[in-house]
Amino acid sequence: MNALTVMPVLFLAPAFLFFTVYVILPIFQSIYISFFEWDGLGDMTYVGVENYLEMFDDDRFYTSLKNNLLWLILYMLAVPAGLFIALFLNQTVRGIRLYKSMFFFPFVISQIVVGLIFSWFYNPNFGVVGHMFEFFGASPPSILGDERYVTYGIIFAGLWPQVAYCMILYLTGLNNVAPEQIEAGRLDGAKGIRLLWHVVLPQLWPATFLAIVVTVIGALRSFDMIAIMTQGGPYGSSNVLSYYMYETALSEYGFEMGYGSAIAVVLFMIMLCFIVAFLWKMYQDEKDWR
Amino acid sequence: MNKVFASLATAASLFASSAFAGDLVIIYDDPNPGPKAAFEKVVADFSAANPDINVDLSINDREAHKTAIRNFLSADAPDVTAWYPGNRMGPFVDAGQFEDISDLWASDPNLSTSFEAIKPTMSRDGKQWGVPYSYYQWGMYYRKDIFDKMGIAEPKTWDELLAACEKLKAAGITPITIGTKYLWTAAGVFDYLNLRTNGYDVHNDLTAGKIKYTDDRIRATFAKWEELVRPGYFVENHASMSWQDAIAPFAKGEAAMYVMGNFAVGAMKDAGLTNDQIDFFQFPEITPGMPRAEEAPADALFIPSGAKNKADARKFLAFVARPDVQSEWNKAIGQLPPNSKAEVGSDKFIQEGMQTVSTAAGLAQFYDRDAPAEMAKAGMEGFQEFMIKPDRLDAILKRLDKVQGKVYK
Repeated sequence: MNALTVMPVLFLAPAFLFFTVYVILPIFQSIYISFFEWDGLGDMTYVGVENYLEMFDDDRFYTSLKNNLLWLILYMLAVPAGLFIALFLNQTVRGIRLYKSMFFFPFVISQIVVGLIFSWFYNPNFGVVGHMFEFFGASPPSILGDERYVTYGIIFAGLWPQVAYCMILYLTGLNNVAPEQIEAGRLDGAKGIRLLWHVVLPQLWPATFLAIVVTVIGALRSFDMIAIMTQGGPYGSSNVLSYYMYETALSEYGFEMGYGSAIAVVLFMIMLCFIVAFLWKMYQDEKDWR
Repeated sequence: MNKVFASLATAASLFASSAFAGDLVIIYDDPNPGPKAAFEKVVADFSAANPDINVDLSINDREAHKTAIRNFLSADAPDVTAWYPGNRMGPFVDAGQFEDISDLWASDPNLSTSFEAIKPTMSRDGKQWGVPYSYYQWGMYYRKDIFDKMGIAEPKTWDELLAACEKLKAAGITPITIGTKYLWTAAGVFDYLNLRTNGYDVHNDLTAGKIKYTDDRIRATFAKWEELVRPGYFVENHASMSWQDAIAPFAKGEAAMYVMGNFAVGAMKDAGLTNDQIDFFQFPEITPGMPRAEEAPADALFIPSGAKNKADARKFLAFVARPDVQSEWNKAIGQLPPNSKAEVGSDKFIQEGMQTVSTAAGLAQFYDRDAPAEMAKAGMEGFQEFMIKPDRLDAILKRLDKVQGKVYK
């Protein structure tokens, strides 16, 4: 054995060890627990697939699933919005660095803080939204207290930092756009949208791919916003799978480890679809470049 | 505020506090300045009386404590921990994680004689599991200045309450404030309506799973509730407010009543209200002649079965049960001492609370302490939904029956 074969193994070992203990094993543990009824304290009773059957008869589960879908779709707005802001900011004027950092600012602050700020925003009694409605003589809606608006309200709050993230990805991408190709495109008479669509965007594909990946992941693990803004309420109408899982298994009133694990398994399966798709896409791309 | 973060912090602090034998490790759950100082005083007095015992005290955030306790009881148990009696202690008792202290209840002359009223709450399977240090009354807190100005007397009956609400509403004041974001406040209203409509036994049978939610008696409770919900007698937007947020309209004079526990008085005073502006009345009678039961949740201390220093922990619990200790402690936090020989504070709310509780026909803990956790969660969400969408009552009650069938099998 020479250093060339030993060193990579040595360098990978710590990461591999931690990944196995904290990521891989818990996944299988969750799958195992999901076949039991367990309050987290006493004995575990094997119940087979009963937790899953119960899930398909649970309105709260379907509400969470539907909200997860809403998150996935609406969160995607962060990608074009980020691109738009990046294009807008990708110019050389005095103080542009300051503007860029201001746009990036929401990504730096914690999700918890964002959630808190927006829940004050939305407060119909003393929030900005309330004052705006009152200015026009309308009575303000209770965005976080109404089942019709609550999920949209939280997603909108979540978009603020997510747009910033996509923007920074595109800004770095725009640095790598070859100026010769744009020149060439201009000479051929391409302008505006056509130039963007046919010349700039194809070169931004790596940034776009990354933006989609982080946005999908962000949408699926939208936990902290919900925990801080509504705790899944009112009456569970803003729940998503990740928070519902926490609520049933680990929260103040949650003593159902088995059921919580079953929800975790379903969430994992949904994520797995995306992970596999992303990996396949990355593999295809790399194959082409070789 | 943020449970996840706080429980992580708690977990981290637990690793740091593995104590030596001979130390007494105590975990308490109220970091608010008043209660914290009061408990620290109790601990200091105990240390002074027992100089050989070295007390190691840590204080958790109240909400974080509720989730952290499940980890530390099995991972690194303290010698004494704060927790709630009634059904809330059930899972830990059943899992063998709390120490049976029936011996202490039997041998300690103070515990065995002065705690008769609350003993059933501390018992499960005929054994006692903890020592209560404080409890408090619930009821209707109201703006006395507004009532006086509008010539409204303290309502004694349901009709008088409805009349008062109508009068307030007509004057542009929301009759009752509430914040249901964290759900349990709605359970307080439900419990009182249910206790006044159907009495103490129905409350216990419902939370024990012996009565269905679609039962006519429970429907009657909701019918009374509807008489408050339909005309808009509760503040709007209550689903996005915590109980503290709901004090704002009360303090501003935009709302006049609040179904609450006595701990809210401190927060009302912090919001700028004085003793002359606020007062208390017992929740009005609904079914004439129904014996009056009250909500009076207790707070208690327990010894985990994994504790290392159980002898000193018993000493501490016996100390906490002493009438002089309970008198001083509860005067400091503005609550009622469970020890019947202890003195009650002179504050008017404490006095009225004592009068309310000591003459009650029965004492309920609270919906979410008397019902199992899973049922309580679903039930309280149902209450909140009903307060916003009273038309969905049938669907809500059927759903609660479904949950009930699953929880109590």
